[in-house]
Amino acid sequence: MTATTDSAPALSPRALTWTRRRQAAARFWQQYRAHRAGLAGLTVLALIALVALAAPVLVGKDSQSVTEAPGGPLEAPSATFPLGTDQFGRSLLALLVWGTRVSLTVGLLAAFLSVAIGTLVGITAGHFKGWYGNVVMRITDWFLVMPTLVLAIALATVLSRSLWTTVLAIGVTTWPTTARLVRAQTLSVESRPYIERSRALGGGHRHIMSRHVLPNVMPLVLAQTTLVISTAILTEATLAFLGLGDPTVVSWGGLLQDAREAGAVSSGNWWYLAPPGLAIAVVALAFTLCGRTIESVLNPKLGVSR
Amino acid sequence: MTAVKTESVERPEAGPPLLDVRNLHVTYGSGASAVPAVRGVDLRVEAGRKLGIAGESGCGKSTLALALLRLLPASATLSGQILLDGEDVLTMKWGRLRAVRWAGASIVFQGAMHSLNAVHRIGDQIAEPILLHGRAGPAAARTRAGELLEQVGLPAARADSYPHELSGGQRQRVMIAMALACDPRLIIADEPTTALDVMIQAQILRLIEKLVADQDLGLIMISHDLAVLSDTCDRLAVMYAGRVVEEGPAEQVYESARHPYSSALSAAFPRIGDLSSRHAPRGLPGDPPDPSALPSGCTFHPRCPAALDICATEDQELRVAGPSRRAACVLVEPGTAAAPGLFGGADEARSTS
Amino acid sequence: MTTTPPAPLLSAQSLEVAFPGRRGAATARAVDGVDLDIRPGEIVALVGESGCGKTTLARSLLGLVPPTAGRVTFGGEPLDYAGRALKAYRKRVQLVLQDPSGSLNPRHTVYDAVAEGLRIHGYAGDERAAVAEALSRAGLRPPERFFLRHPHELSGGQRQRVVIAGALVLEPELIVADEPVASLDASVRGEILALLLRLRDELGLSALVVTHDLGLAWNIADRVAVMYLGRIVETGDVEQILTAPRHPYTQALLSVLPEADGDPVILTGEPPDPSKVPSGCRFHARCQVLASGEAERAGVADACRGQDLPVLDGGGAAQVACHWAAATTQAPAAG
Repeated sequence: MTATTDSAPALSPRALTWTRRRQAAARFWQQYRAHRAGLAGLTVLALIALVALAAPVLVGKDSQSVTEAPGGPLEAPSATFPLGTDQFGRSLLALLVWGTRVSLTVGLLAAFLSVAIGTLVGITAGHFKGWYGNVVMRITDWFLVMPTLVLAIALATVLSRSLWTTVLAIGVTTWPTTARLVRAQTLSVESRPYIERSRALGGGHRHIMSRHVLPNVMPLVLAQTTLVISTAILTEATLAFLGLGDPTVVSWGGLLQDAREAGAVSSGNWWYLAPPGLAIAVVALAFTLCGRTIESVLNPKLGVSR
Repeated sequence: MTAVKTESVERPEAGPPLLDVRNLHVTYGSGASAVPAVRGVDLRVEAGRKLGIAGESGCGKSTLALALLRLLPASATLSGQILLDGEDVLTMKWGRLRAVRWAGASIVFQGAMHSLNAVHRIGDQIAEPILLHGRAGPAAARTRAGELLEQVGLPAARADSYPHELSGGQRQRVMIAMALACDPRLIIADEPTTALDVMIQAQILRLIEKLVADQDLGLIMISHDLAVLSDTCDRLAVMYAGRVVEEGPAEQVYESARHPYSSALSAAFPRIGDLSSRHAPRGLPGDPPDPSALPSGCTFHPRCPAALDICATEDQELRVAGPSRRAACVLVEPGTAAAPGLFGGADEARSTS
Repeated sequence: MTTTPPAPLLSAQSLEVAFPGRRGAATARAVDGVDLDIRPGEIVALVGESGCGKTTLARSLLGLVPPTAGRVTFGGEPLDYAGRALKAYRKRVQLVLQDPSGSLNPRHTVYDAVAEGLRIHGYAGDERAAVAEALSRAGLRPPERFFLRHPHELSGGQRQRVVIAGALVLEPELIVADEPVASLDASVRGEILALLLRLRDELGLSALVVTHDLGLAWNIADRVAVMYLGRIVETGDVEQILTAPRHPYTQALLSVLPEADGDPVILTGEPPDPSKVPSGCRFHARCQVLASGEAERAGVADACRGQDLPVLDGGGAAQVACHWAAATTQAPAAG
C-alpha cells in the first residue's frame, strides 16, 4: 500500500468535516438520481417552488384585488382567462398561482414545527427513560388518540384567524407520530455498543444525544418531514375549506370554500373546483414521492424498487 | 488439474464415497461484477468419516456448505459436480433435490440463535422437516421429535419450550436434533460451536462425535479453529480465497503444516504450556483477501512469510506433500518432509515424536 | 520479586454488584465479593464462562456500573461517581469492546471516531496531530489515509485498531479490553495482541483483558484470575496457574482444550444462574472432585457443601479458593 494518494494532506479538522459532508451529499444525490419516481417528485416541487417565488412577476400583485377584477363573474375558461374566473371576476389561474405561496408556506412551517416538537420529545423520552420517559410517552399517547382535525378546529376557533394560527394548530396536533417513531429509533440506537464506548470516553447526555443519536435518527426524521408536509398541506386546505383559515389571503383550500359558497358544485362550474383540488393533490403527491425516495436511499434495506 | 487423487489410508472403501465434490466453482453475480467465492474445490467424504474445513472470512467455506445442497441465491452460478451417493446435486430435478435436502444431507447452521423461529415451539420446529418429507403423521412426528431431543441430551418434555427459554448450548443441541430429523447420511456443521463457551463447546463436540459414530454418518465440520478440528475430525482441508490450499490427515496438518497459511492458522491459537508462545502472539500481517479483488499469482503471497519472487506471478496447484497429503505451495517438493523452522519456528515448537 | 511489589494502579475491594430481579424474581448477584489489583505495566487476564460476572466486574472497574457494596480505587483514591470527577477518571482508564463494527458509529469517519474523546474533554492542543499519532501507534500508517474513511470500508482488524486508537488518544494508564479479538479472524488476532503487548512495553500501559479464551491469557497476560459465579476462584501467575491448576474448575477448563493431554473433564449442565447461588462452595454442584468421591476421601466433602470460602486477596500471589486444594496441599497427594 503506497502512501502517494493522500486524501487530506494538511487540512484542518474543520476542512475535513466539510470534505466529508460534501462527499456524503454527492453520494446521496447519486443514489437519489437513480429513482425515477423521486426525480419526478423533485421536478414537480422545483416547478411549484419557482411558480410560488415568481408569483408577483407572473401574474401581478393586483390580480387578487376584488375591486379591480378584470373579468365577469364565473366565466368559463377562455383565451383571456385560461381557468375561468371566480364569482368576483378574478382570473382563477392568477389566484391559483398566488395560492401556491400560502399553501406551501403553511405546509412547510407547520411540518417543521411538528417534526421539531416530535423529534425533541422522542429523543429525550428515548434517552432518559425512567419516570420522565414514561410521563412524556403517556402525554404523547393522549395527543395521538385525539382526533387531529377536531383539535385543530378547536384551536383555530379559539385563537384569531390567521396563518400563524393554522401553522400552530397543525404543528401541535401532528407531532405524536414523529415522537413515537423517533423514540423507537432512539431506543434502538442506544443499545448499540458505540454508545457504551462514548460513555466510556466520558460523553454525557448532551454529547450522546447530539453526536450519536440525532445523526442516526435524522434519516428517519427527514423522510418523515416530507410526509408530514403533505399532511400539513392537506390539513391547511381542510381548515381553510371549513372557513377557519385566514380570510385575507388566497389559499387553495380557501378557493375550494369560495367555490362551494358560490354554488359551483350545483351549477357545474368545474373550473372553479377542479384546479385547486388537483393542485393540492399534485403537491402532496410530489412530497410523498420525494419522501419515500429519501427513505429508501437512506435506508437501503427497505428496498423500494426504482 | 489435480494430478494425484488422494488415497484413503485408514480403511479400504468399497463403492463410491458418500460425498464427492469435483472441481466446484461458485461465482456470485455476473459479468464485470462477478465475485468468485469458490474456485475449483475437490473434496471426498466417506460414510462414518469426518472432514474438517478450516478457513477465515471470505475463504468460501460457508458458500461451499450451502452449495452442497444448492441453497445459494439465484444470483450464484455453480459449475462442477457434487456427487451425493453417486447422484449429482447440481443436475438434480427440483423434486428430487427437495427430497434429498435434509433426508440425504442436512446442515447445522451457524448462529443457532437466529436460525430458530422465535414464535414456534422447538418440538414443532424439529417435527417440521419430518412432516415436510411426508415421513410420518403429526402424532408420530412429535414422538420422533421427543426421541431426537433425548438423543441430543435434552429431556423430551422440553419440546414445548420456546427458543428464548433455552440457553445457547441448548439451542445448538436443538439445531443438531433438527439436522438428524430425517435420518440423513451426511451432516454439514457450519461453525457449530463458535459463539459458545469452552465447556459447552466441549459438550457439543462430544455429542456430535457420538452421534456420528453411532449412526455411521458422514460429517463435514467447518470452523476457523484448527485445534478443535484436528481434535474432532479425521481429515482436514484448509481453505484460502476460495481454494483448498492444504489437506491431509487432521493431526498432521495441524502439527506439521506444509503450507505457510495453515501453519499461521494453527499458530494463532497457542498451546498452553508452550513457553515459546508466551508474550509472542503470532499472526499474519494484512487481512484475508476480498474475493472481488484477489492478488495475482498465489493469492496468499502478500501475507506469506516465506514468499518468493515466483509467488507473485505464478499460482500454485495442489501437489503431493506426503502420503494422502496435498499442499498448494511452491516450497513443497513432492515426497519430502517439511524442513523444520521453515515458517518461523512454529513447527519446531510443536514437533511431536 | 522479594521486595514489596509496586502499589496497585486499579483495585477492587470487596466489590459486589447485584441486579434486582424482574417482577419479584431473586436478585442476581453478578459480582459477589471480589478483590482484584492491577499493578502498573501489568496485563491481567480475567477468565471465565458467560454468566460468571467478568463483564460486570470490568464495567464496574470502569465506573460504568456502580457497585452495590465494596469500592473501586484508582491510584489509591476511591472512585468518585459524581459527574466531573468521573469524567476525569475516564481519561485515565479506557475501554476496548469486543465487536469493532458495533463499537464505531457507522456515520462517523475514522477521524471523528478517534477525535471524539478529545472533543468530549475539550482538548486544547493540536487535535489533528493527536489523532494522527494515536492512529500510527495503533498500527494504521500513514494515518492521513484513514481520516476520511468510514468503518464499513475497513476490515475487522483495522476497525479494532481504530477503536484502540480512540482509547489511546486520551493517554490512559490502563485499558480494559472485553474480548478484544473474539470477533476477529484467526490470522489477524496475533497482530492485535502483539499491539497490546507493544503498548505495554512502549507506554507502560496496564491492561485488564476479559476473555473466555485461555490461549489468549497464555499469549499475553502476566497474571490470570479465574472467575466462577461472581467470585474469583483461582489467581496467580499465568505460567503457574495454567500449567499446574489447583482448582477443579480451572483443571476442567484446561482439560477440555483440544491439545490437552489426558481425558477431558466435561462438566455437565449449564453455567449457573447468578440468582441462584448454591450454599457452601459455589462450584460444588458441578465439581468433578466432589462427584468422584475424592473430596470425601480428603475429608472435605461436608465443607464443600456447607462452608463458603473466603474472598481471595487481590495481590499477585498464587491463591485458590477450594477446600480440597487446601486440604491436599498440606499433605502432598500420594501418587
